[in-house]
Amino acid sequence: MCATCGCGTDEVRVTSVGGHDRHDHHRQHGHDHPHQHGHDHQHDHDDDHRSVEARTHTIELETSVLAKNDELAAHTRRWLTEHGISAVNLMSSPGAGKTSLLERTIRENRTGRSIAVIEGDQETLLDAERIRAAGAKAVQINTGAGCHLDATMVSSGLDRLQPEDDSVLFLENVGNLVCPALFDLGEARKVVVISVTEGDDKPLKYPHMFAAADLVLVNKTDLLPYVDFDLDRCEKDARSLNPGLEWVPVSVRNGVNLDAWYRWLGAV
Amino acid sequence: MHELSIAESVVEAVRERTAGRPVHKVRLTVGRLSGVVPEALTFCFDLAAAGTSLEGAVLEIDAPHGRAHCRGCRRDFTMDDLILLCDCGSADVEVVAGRELQVTSVEVG
Repeated sequence: MCATCGCGTDEVRVTSVGGHDRHDHHRQHGHDHPHQHGHDHQHDHDDDHRSVEARTHTIELETSVLAKNDELAAHTRRWLTEHGISAVNLMSSPGAGKTSLLERTIRENRTGRSIAVIEGDQETLLDAERIRAAGAKAVQINTGAGCHLDATMVSSGLDRLQPEDDSVLFLENVGNLVCPALFDLGEARKVVVISVTEGDDKPLKYPHMFAAADLVLVNKTDLLPYVDFDLDRCEKDARSLNPGLEWVPVSVRNGVNLDAWYRWLGAV
Repeated sequence: MHELSIAESVVEAVRERTAGRPVHKVRLTVGRLSGVVPEALTFCFDLAAAGTSLEGAVLEIDAPHGRAHCRGCRRDFTMDDLILLCDCGSADVEVVAGRELQVTSVEVG
């Protein structure tokens, strides 16, 4: 295990699917992560406190809990930018259609760029195999008990994936509308996929996810006649959390409005 | 349950700065808009601290309210959810506090 960044932790597994299995740290993240040092203000308690406190002292840290993740994510973002790679963090609850969206996006690739995918799931290689079958390079990250991708996992995945310069990189997060919202992966954009079968109350129930999104894709609109899903209400609620977000209803199954998704993707 | 990851990050951040000295108390600031639940974090902290120099340390969490500034009426107000709406009806609102997620200080032996 890399002692600096923790890549290759015991539980997390990174697996290539389809013949590009390498882990040569070619894409070195340098082991030079900036650490926060200095300004530890140590001051002993007054001597007349003759309890445990007299033998203890306070160290002011004032450090972000997620500093390590955020520093590594910033490093990844710089590396991606230098290589012209546009990374999109794709998040949703399980079953909203993230992988189906990616399969169709890869098969109909309108970006004029190659597409590669880092797949995050607790277990199995199923999604990476689907992506590979659709025609893109894929690496599967199995998080074990973990409920989200973090910057360390993505960094390890990139070492293995070796995406081409000027490509589009999707980071398909673990299906979960809560935890992934907190962890910066180094992406350029965050996309949240919800499906009409989940109910239109998701933005207010899971506000952190929608507050963090750049784009919301509402999938499975072909099923609208069969469910009570109020598109306008859902959009209004999402915008009450995040007025600037973009909103694109689509059907991955029948292709309705995917052009709008492809236009958005072309501008990332 | 991202609180376990957060708790592990807290333990790691503190260990880096305390050079193996026993830690008796950890003070955190967890803003009410941060997306982290203090009770869940406290539960996970004991698990994450077990077997480290933080084992048995007391976790003190300060959970400040969210604060926002309305660009419409120029008023500051308290917000405890993420809905960007001022009493004046404007949604042109900027969150200025409440997303903190920080290790403030520790007490070491």
